[in-house]
Amino acid sequence: MAETVAPKVAPDERLVSVGPLARLLTRPDIGAFLGAVAVFFAFGYFARSVNWIGDPGIAAGWTDQAAQYGIVAVPVALLMIGGEFDLSAGVMIGSSGLLLGYLTTFQDMNVWPAMALVLVFGLVIGFINGLAVIKTKLPSFIVTLATFFVLQGVNAAGTLKLTGQTAIQDIDTASGFNSARKIFAGDLTHYDFKVKVLWWIGITLVGAWLLAKTRFGNWIYSAGGDPNAARNVGVPVARTKITLFMMTSGVASLMGIIEALELRSMQAKEGIGLEFIFIICAVVGGCLLTGGFGSVIGTFFGAAMLGMVQLGIIDAQWDSNWTFTFQGGILFAAVMLNTLIRSRAQKAR
Amino acid sequence: MAHLLDAEHISKYYGNIVALNDISVHVDGGEVTCILGDNGAGKSSLIKILSGVHQSDQGRLLVDGEEVHFTSPRDARAAGIATVYQDLAMVPLMSIWRNFFLGAEPRKRFGPLQWFDAGKAKGIVRRELSEMGIDIRDPDQAVGTLSGGERQSVAIARAVYFGARVLILDEPTSALGVKQAGVVLKYILQARERGVAVIFITHNPHHAYPVGDRFVILNRGQSLGTFEKSEIDRQELVRLMAGGKELAELEHELEAIKVEI
Repeated sequence: MAETVAPKVAPDERLVSVGPLARLLTRPDIGAFLGAVAVFFAFGYFARSVNWIGDPGIAAGWTDQAAQYGIVAVPVALLMIGGEFDLSAGVMIGSSGLLLGYLTTFQDMNVWPAMALVLVFGLVIGFINGLAVIKTKLPSFIVTLATFFVLQGVNAAGTLKLTGQTAIQDIDTASGFNSARKIFAGDLTHYDFKVKVLWWIGITLVGAWLLAKTRFGNWIYSAGGDPNAARNVGVPVARTKITLFMMTSGVASLMGIIEALELRSMQAKEGIGLEFIFIICAVVGGCLLTGGFGSVIGTFFGAAMLGMVQLGIIDAQWDSNWTFTFQGGILFAAVMLNTLIRSRAQKAR
Repeated sequence: MAHLLDAEHISKYYGNIVALNDISVHVDGGEVTCILGDNGAGKSSLIKILSGVHQSDQGRLLVDGEEVHFTSPRDARAAGIATVYQDLAMVPLMSIWRNFFLGAEPRKRFGPLQWFDAGKAKGIVRRELSEMGIDIRDPDQAVGTLSGGERQSVAIARAVYFGARVLILDEPTSALGVKQAGVVLKYILQARERGVAVIFITHNPHHAYPVGDRFVILNRGQSLGTFEKSEIDRQELVRLMAGGKELAELEHELEAIKVEI
């Protein structure tokens, strides 16, 4: 052997000291953060005619849109880190809003107990999703795609049968509406910022705390990273995954409640298509499609980015059809960046 | 006197296939029992029974002389039997400290809130690993970035920390280079010094002989015998392990080929 070996276990002569910048670049959420900043300043230029950067009213607009994406994206991200998908997360918003509308306008329930029932409904659907995935061992992509289509049909047919139209109206006639709306869908006092934005921030903080700081968070990582290894050391993988499905559907129901209270009516096709937006937020936020790695904070910035794109394209007076193209481009760029970051995280430390 | 772990007359069938036939193994604290055998000898079936993954069809398991029935790995762990699997039960994308405490996270509580005490976890990981002479650079490092030997060492340190009285090691050295294997063998001896009973499964007699106190040789589900170290020397072990006659034949064939060339 050419090199002299130190008496103890070789203290790595191969290890180059890693500077704080390189270390920062191994974080899963850094790409989303930089991307959000870049998009913000890009529209600062393209939408300068509306004072994109300086006008709080503009910020109220895109944060509202971002919250629309970001609230459900948090549990979707946790679920992805746990190794599963939920394609029914979008349609669940519609189902829950419609159920709230039905209970309040057709059954004359007070909004508050109706909301509790809707949340229970969300948790039950999540439980069914989770149980079906665990029991059948089918990919969750397929199982929740089935849930998605089943619910889509129920939403459309049910709404038509009840109302003869494609929406449930007049939810604001229900008792308890005003007090509920204040908390879930009201405006903050200044510049039309929505309460929803606080929900978004709050759910993000709770999700980030759960993932990074709790035992359950450790289980999420392990359930997605290597479920067999996790089971071998006693992690209740099935319970962890079912809980994640329930969280996802539950938060989607919360979002349905928020929308129904905000819009005072609910369209039968509400929420459809959002399931992919949630996944894009999570992927932009650094979540791997294969599970085991990702970030809730990153997902927050992913949602912020998509919210800015949605509103920025309008404010820049571009054809809003380009939104989809942008979303696709962002997704692709994010995946490329994440692959790079992950290989750094695994090798370059 | 009762042994710490004693498996008596274990047999296991998978349908009409006899995986194990009347195998007996025992180990006591501060000892290393090696289970040797080629691929398909039944080593994996045996450890799965010892670690509670499978149940034997015949025979019994005794811990401290008391008969036990393990229905899951959890039962075995509760009895102080920890298994370090070949695939390690570690999640490559997770950091060392997260892996170390996976399934047994230390928690802090404040009112109804409970959280994973990361500071404590990192401190314990650093201390435990350095006590076993394992030098890790950073507990935050992903396990996937460690070498095979380092991963095995972390897994062994984890089992010892969590109070394993019996440590079952499934081929811990088989995928490793010479130097790395040496490191792992050293930790096996460290664990033994701490009074842990070690069951070391391997197909390599050169790894088994220096650390073993007792050798059980399996071949096609049958035991070829149990030998104390004083009863057997390295060559005999190698010969038995390879199935002496077969090896002689193979040598003969190879010689013939060499002549032809």
